[in-house]
Amino acid sequence: MADLKPEELIARTDFTPPRTGWMDTPTVIREGMFCYAAKPKSVATLGLPYPREWNPLDDDWKLPENWKEIIIEGMKDRLERFRTFKIFMDICVRCGACADKCHFFIGTGDPKNMPVVRAELLRSVYRNEFTKAGKILGKIAGARELTLDVLKEWWYYFFQCSECRRCSVFCPYGIDTAEITMMGRELLNLLGLNIDWIATPVANCYMTGNHMGIQPQAFVDMLDFFADEIEDTTGVRVHPTYNKKGADILFTTPSGDVFGDPGTYTAMGYMILFHYLKVKYGLDVTWSTFNSEGGNFGLFTSNEVMKRLNIKMYAEAKRLGVKWILGGECGHMWRAITQYMDTMNGPADFLEEPVNPITGTKFENAKSTKMVHIVEFTADLIKHNKLELDPSRNDNLKVTFHDSCNPARGMGMLDEPRYVIKKVCKHFYEMPRNCIREQTFCCGSGSGLNASEDMELRLSGGLPRANAVKYVQEKHGVNMLACICAIDRAVLPPLMGYWVPEVDVTGIHELVTNALIIPGEKEKTVNLRGEDILNKDEVGPEEYYTRPDFSGR
Amino acid sequence: MNEKYLYSLIAVIALFLVAYAGVEAAGLQWLFGIIIPYLAIITFIVGFVVRVKDWACSPVPFAIPTTCGQQESLPWIKPSKIDNPFSTGGVIIRMALEILLFRSLFRNTTCKINEGPRISYVWEKWLWLFSLAFHYSFLVVVVRHLRFFLEHVPVCFQILDKIDGFLQIGLPGVMLSGVVLLAAAIFLLLRRILISQVRYFSLAADFFPLFLIIGIAVSGIMMRYFTKVDIVGVKELTMGIVTFRPHIPDGIGAIFYVHVFFVSVLLAYFPFSKLMHLGGVFLSPTRNLRCNTRAHRHINPWNPKVKVHTYAEYEDDFREKMIGAGLPVEKEL
Amino acid sequence: MRLNNLLERNKDDIVKQWLFSVIDTYPADTSKFMKMQKDPFANPVGNSISVNLGPLFDELLNEMDYESITSYLYPILRVRAVQPILSTSQSTGFIFLLKKVIRESLKKELSDKDILKELLHFESKIDELTLIAFDVYLKCREKVFEIKANEERNRTFRAFERAGLLTEIPADRPSL
Repeated sequence: MADLKPEELIARTDFTPPRTGWMDTPTVIREGMFCYAAKPKSVATLGLPYPREWNPLDDDWKLPENWKEIIIEGMKDRLERFRTFKIFMDICVRCGACADKCHFFIGTGDPKNMPVVRAELLRSVYRNEFTKAGKILGKIAGARELTLDVLKEWWYYFFQCSECRRCSVFCPYGIDTAEITMMGRELLNLLGLNIDWIATPVANCYMTGNHMGIQPQAFVDMLDFFADEIEDTTGVRVHPTYNKKGADILFTTPSGDVFGDPGTYTAMGYMILFHYLKVKYGLDVTWSTFNSEGGNFGLFTSNEVMKRLNIKMYAEAKRLGVKWILGGECGHMWRAITQYMDTMNGPADFLEEPVNPITGTKFENAKSTKMVHIVEFTADLIKHNKLELDPSRNDNLKVTFHDSCNPARGMGMLDEPRYVIKKVCKHFYEMPRNCIREQTFCCGSGSGLNASEDMELRLSGGLPRANAVKYVQEKHGVNMLACICAIDRAVLPPLMGYWVPEVDVTGIHELVTNALIIPGEKEKTVNLRGEDILNKDEVGPEEYYTRPDFSGR
Repeated sequence: MNEKYLYSLIAVIALFLVAYAGVEAAGLQWLFGIIIPYLAIITFIVGFVVRVKDWACSPVPFAIPTTCGQQESLPWIKPSKIDNPFSTGGVIIRMALEILLFRSLFRNTTCKINEGPRISYVWEKWLWLFSLAFHYSFLVVVVRHLRFFLEHVPVCFQILDKIDGFLQIGLPGVMLSGVVLLAAAIFLLLRRILISQVRYFSLAADFFPLFLIIGIAVSGIMMRYFTKVDIVGVKELTMGIVTFRPHIPDGIGAIFYVHVFFVSVLLAYFPFSKLMHLGGVFLSPTRNLRCNTRAHRHINPWNPKVKVHTYAEYEDDFREKMIGAGLPVEKEL
Repeated sequence: MRLNNLLERNKDDIVKQWLFSVIDTYPADTSKFMKMQKDPFANPVGNSISVNLGPLFDELLNEMDYESITSYLYPILRVRAVQPILSTSQSTGFIFLLKKVIRESLKKELSDKDILKELLHFESKIDELTLIAFDVYLKCREKVFEIKANEERNRTFRAFERAGLLTEIPADRPSL
């Protein structure tokens, strides 16, 4: 064994941090853990600085000569504009309560993914430039100079944070790593150092109204195509309206659901629900091609870019003259709506305070933004018995619910989705308490990290979530993971595919409309996915789940 | 890694030697008993006020409270009034629980291996418990020391003393707060040294105040129980300081000056260090704002003007295609 | 099979040492880890190792059933396969540490030539186990790449296909 030292080989593999201090441990940018650099065209479309071809793996990032000055100036500017930034730089006592709360730390084992260290990456430079102790004592006071390596380290680790805010729940001072990451990313954007998975959707959204860059006619084509599919499975033809002036409500949802499975079934769910409400109660809901994106990747770029994208929601609502806006199931979209939209682009005094015309419920909690979450809306409808439901149509499913980070920790929408699920499904099981509600684990792909090239990061970061799903899968036979986020619907299927292949992913409104009895529907034998609906008279659930043709396999 | 706590330990030992030698050898009682304390107090007050003012004056552009419970929404869904406070009252209770009981720290969990092939998350209470013990015993010690600065000791302080010394062990009676303070500080120190993760991100600036506070506690305990400092003389000195008629009585041992010097260093160091979390915790925008941002508009004082892509421009880009798809347009071709 | 008996008898200790040596090689304080052993700080990595090393050792003592071995290796390697912080050799190399553990724990007994001979045989089993670990590791990596490739495909191809923008698609085209 003398010639081969496995001890050395497998050193630095666990949670036990390296022997060298973090400042002295150089960061190696590894394939699978980062997303590709922003394409110059996307950066230029937005008029953001320094669009250029560059590669994170190259030594030369083609930075402007005065890059250091730009960053320091940028920090100074943000310290003056954000109390959060200033306070979070100053008051951390490094108690470590956050350290093992980060899914990326738990999953990757990289100690620089501990939230406290992620913040220290920035704080060390802050101390060096802006505090007396740091200037005098240097490294002893935890200060270090901003070098190219430091900048690269920032880039690597601020794009390994999904801004999920789980650490912030446990911090005795409420220090929010998401806020620190957002500041870090704003600074990096000053040098054109965005990732393409964020920059291109942002540019698309800016120009075409949605992240995917779907042009208006293609958007209509997609929804028409969904209408065909709905007709095939339900026998009912739905007629969505687009850009309709004078409609009651403007509906906006992430374009991801219009484009990728299984989110498409959720999109069909919305269409069926609106059809139902139109036929039964005469409610007129319209979609917009200009505002065909609920999500806002600007949130992952800078507050200004977020504002530039978000402004379309109110602008379109005003142009169409609707009463209020209904928002679909999405995670970060609801962080932006709840905590930024009204401040940035309000007051929306041209809209009415939202009232559900069918039930008469006033949405008091949304009286200023004038924007209601569709799960709140549906919960209200169900509570007032306005939807005719047959939950047994979801009997083939044993469902658990993944709280998406942003609705949980940036909004607090915890019980509404559970209420809806329990009303439309008979089999619902919670994951362990420390993995749900405000302590929910991230999917591992939030904040614009849902590219393909960083799959290792996503799969390892999603491990704590998958772990909890596996627990309910083994204990209760759960085969469906419900969520209220379009990114979740895009990224949880591969995550489940790797760790818990028996479990599929759905949005809540797919479950709702599977159970919904639509006027004029044919006898349903399949659900929206074309899967046979369990005929409970013929086979018991246990037998059903173990059938070889069961879609969850 | 060791250098971080070594530096801090050496610094505290050096401070001890400076004060001890300064008093014993050089007879600089007036320096350590009068001038440095005055300077330290001024630095503390001015520094603290400047820091807090600096924070308080900086804008809060967005209301970004961390919501740790059910939102206020439909009337039949029970909101979490404290963890997701819709009203100011809720925020006050949330802040009070945070500041007085360290509620967020109380939530702390830690990953543990349990039976079976899975990680689980276990309630981790030690950090919370010892932090609480540390801060409260510190507070009691500070309050107890007010007797040195007041002519007449108010009744409530006397009662506090009684409670603190209820164990009635030894003579003079053991004060619980001092012992708890020392024990908790040592726990927090050992935690930083022994838990590799915590050691990984700890800085010299984390060890220094702990060593200093341990030094303060040890020198205090020494005076009270072992060297038996001349209390009357001490009170004469402290009363001289607060009445701005400072003078140095004879017969106070060097250990007292060490104690005072440590406290002075802590006070002077305070505004420039992480100890400012005492002030910052009140101002943290993720905790002290109402979670009602959809019902009440939060104002950003510097809300920027931004360049936008308007509907008109969008329609110009796609008009033909929109008409082709049967979409309504504002301007026909 | 005197060696097997010896190993059987010392199994608990050897597996514990094996686990320690896997984790001891991690660069933080060994002593701390030892101290924390009773109530270890857990993580998917450490946990996947600690739970599966014992059964793997049993397999070495017995018939080396490929199926069971892979079932114990998967949980360990599925985690390592998505941690680019490790190279392939680092990910699978932990098995070799067992050799050292056994040599040290049976130092005295190994002066016996027969036992030494048996040990050589046993070590070749360890080599075999390592090769299986390479298989498993590669399968996990393949799965990662399959997910990557399928995701790309789902994002573009499926949408076009469903929107009827593609015409001549074989109905039974397999998923990648």
